[in-house]
Amino acid sequence: MLDQKFPISRRQFLGTTALTVAAAATSSMAMPSVLRAQGALVKLGVLHPVTGALSYSGQQGRLGATIAIEEINAAGGIRGLGKIDAVLGDAQSTPDGGTAEVEKMNSAGVACIVGGYASNICLATTQAAARYELPYVVDVGVADTIVTRGLKNTFRFGPGFGVIAKTALANLATINDQAGKPAKTVMIVHEDSLFGSGLAKLLNAQLPQHGFQILETIPHPTPTRDFNNVALKIKAQNPDLVIPANYYNEYVLLARTMQQQQVRPKGIYSVLGGAASSYKFVKEFPEAAKYIMDCNHWFDPRSEKAQALKKKVEGKDQFFTYEVYMNYSCVYLIADALQRAASADRAKLTAALETSTFSGHVMPYGPTKFVNGQNEGAAPVNTQVLDNDIKVILPPAFANAKPVFPMPA
Amino acid sequence: MLSPTILIPAILNGLLTGAVYALVALGLTLIYGVLHIINFAHGALLSAALFAAFFAYRLLGLDPYIAVFLLSPIFFAFGYALQRFIIGPASGGDDRNMLLITLGIAVVIENALLFAFRADTRTIDVPYAFKTIDFGFTFLAVPRVVGFVAVFLVALVLWLIMTFTDIGRAIRAVAKEKLGAELAGIDVAHVYAMTFGLGSACVAVAACLLIPNYYVNPSVGNSFVLIAFTIVVLGGMGSVPGALIGALLIGVVESLSGLFLGESLGQIGIFVIFIVVLLVRPSGLFGERV
Repeated sequence: MLDQKFPISRRQFLGTTALTVAAAATSSMAMPSVLRAQGALVKLGVLHPVTGALSYSGQQGRLGATIAIEEINAAGGIRGLGKIDAVLGDAQSTPDGGTAEVEKMNSAGVACIVGGYASNICLATTQAAARYELPYVVDVGVADTIVTRGLKNTFRFGPGFGVIAKTALANLATINDQAGKPAKTVMIVHEDSLFGSGLAKLLNAQLPQHGFQILETIPHPTPTRDFNNVALKIKAQNPDLVIPANYYNEYVLLARTMQQQQVRPKGIYSVLGGAASSYKFVKEFPEAAKYIMDCNHWFDPRSEKAQALKKKVEGKDQFFTYEVYMNYSCVYLIADALQRAASADRAKLTAALETSTFSGHVMPYGPTKFVNGQNEGAAPVNTQVLDNDIKVILPPAFANAKPVFPMPA
Repeated sequence: MLSPTILIPAILNGLLTGAVYALVALGLTLIYGVLHIINFAHGALLSAALFAAFFAYRLLGLDPYIAVFLLSPIFFAFGYALQRFIIGPASGGDDRNMLLITLGIAVVIENALLFAFRADTRTIDVPYAFKTIDFGFTFLAVPRVVGFVAVFLVALVLWLIMTFTDIGRAIRAVAKEKLGAELAGIDVAHVYAMTFGLGSACVAVAACLLIPNYYVNPSVGNSFVLIAFTIVVLGGMGSVPGALIGALLIGVVESLSGLFLGESLGQIGIFVIFIVVLLVRPSGLFGERV
C-alpha cells in the first residue's frame, strides 16, 4: 500500500524518470550545438528549423551553410580575423523557437546570424536580432515585410515574394505568347496558409490582366491526405493550365493523383512550387514530374562553382535543393563583408553588408546591391522538368533549354 | 457540383480514404477503446511502421504487401514489450501516468526517427503505384482499392480473435472488469501487453497498405491519429465493426464536405457528425450502452 502523501512509488518514480530522461536525451540530439573551429575568432549564428514541420528544409539550409563554413575555414578562414565558429541553432519550426535561439546566439557573442528559412520565423528572428543591432542575413523567407519594416540589421540576398510573383506572371505570359497563346483558362490549387493564400490572391488579381481566365481557385490545408476530389474538380473543368502553390508533400500527392486520374492540362506551372524544382521529385516520380514548369529560386547552371557544389552535396547523398545553395551563398556574402569590414564588430559588419557588391557566387543574379536590406540584383528563374532533369528555360541569359509548351500528349 | 460524374467518384474516394483511416483506427480501438489507454504513441508507431515498410522495400526488396507478413509479427512483439516492460511497470495502472508515458514514448520514437533518418520525406515507387482501375466515370488507384479490401480482412481477423479466442475473451473481460478478471485467474499484465501488441500489429498492416500510395517522414503518423481517435469514439469504444463503419463514414463525410465546402473546411463535416452522434448516441454507433 502506498503512503497517501506519496501517491507514486519509488519504483514508479524511477521508471517514469528514466523514461523522461531518455525522452529528453533523444530530443536533445537535435538541439542547438556549437561546431568549434580551432583557434576560431568569428562566431556566426546558423539558425534553421531543423526539427518540427519544416525540418527537412531547415536541415538542408544548415547543410548549405556548414559546407560554406567548412570551405572558408579549410582555405584559412577570414583574412585577418581567423576561422568561422558556427553556432548552430534550431528554430523548431516556430517563430518563438527562432527568437529564443537569437537570444542565445546574442549571448554567445555571434557577429552575425544567417538563416530562418520560413517567412514567419524570419519576421520574428530579424526583429529580435535588431534589438541587439545584430546583423541578420535572411536565407529564404520571401515575405516582403521582412525587409520593409526599416530594420537596419536585416539583409536578404534572395528575391522577395513581389519580385518572384511579378517575374512568374511575366514569364508565363512570355511562354504562352511564344507558343501561340494555347492557354486561356487556369485553375489554382493552393495551400491555405500565408504563402499559398497570398500567392493565390495575387494571381487572381493579375492573371486576368495577362489574358487568362481563372476557372476556380481551390485552397487546401497542410497536410492534405487525399487530392482525389481536387483532381476530379480539375478534370471536370478541364483548364488549360493548373497552377499549384503548395509545399513538397502536398505537391507530390497532387501531381501523383492528377496522373492517376489522368488529368492532362496543357501545362502545369508553379510559382515557388514545393516539388517542381526538386531533383528528389524528378528522380522518384519522373512521369508525374515531366514538363512541369516552375518559377523559383535556382542556381546558375552555367557556374562551375555551382556545379562543383552540386557534386559535393550529391556526394553526401543529399539532394541539391534551393535551401542548400541559398544558405551557401549567404555565408559567402557574410564572409565577403567580414573581410571588407576587417572586423567582427556588428556596426562595421552591417555597414559592410549595406555596401556589398558581392560577386562570383553560384546564383543567377544581377549585380549585388542592397537597398533597404533587399538585394536588388536577386531574381528567380523559370525551370522545367525535361529529360529527367531540371533545366532553366528563362531568362535567356541563364537558360540551358527552351520551354516545351504545351505539354506533348 | 451535384453532377453524378463528380458526386459518385467523390463518395467512392471517400470510402477508399475511410479504409485507410480504418486501418489506423482498428489498432487504436483495441488500445484506447478496450484498455482505455490514451495512446499518444500511436502516430509515432505508425511513422515507425511506415519507415520499416519503406526500408523493407528499399533494402530487402520486399514488396509492402509481402512485408506485411514480416512486419506485423515484429510490431506485435514490439508493442507487447512496450506495454509489458515500459508502459505497464512505469504507469502502475494509473491512466494519467499511461497518458504521460505514451506521450514520452511518442517523443522518443519521433526524435529517434528524426535523428536516424532526417526529416526527409521518402516514398517508394512500386510498379503498381500508378495503376488504376477504370470504372468509366472515374479511375481508382490500385493501392487504394487493395487497402479497401484488406481493411475488411483485417477487421474480420480482429473480430474473430476478439469473439472466438481465449485471448479475445480475456481482453473483453479485462476491459469490462479488471479486478474480476484478475480474480478469475486472468493474467492482466499479459492481456494488456497482448492487446497493445495486437494494436501495434494493426499499425504495421496499415503502414504496409499505406506506403505504396503515400509518403513517410518522422511526423507523418500524427496526421492520422486525431482522425483515428474520433473514429474510435464515433464507432464505439473497442468495437471493431464500429471502427470500420465509423472510418468509412468519416471518409465519405470528409470527401463530401471537402467537395461542397472546400478542402480547407473538409474537416468541419467530420466534427459536426461526431458531435451529432455523441449527442444522439453517446456510446458511439456500435458501442454498448452504459
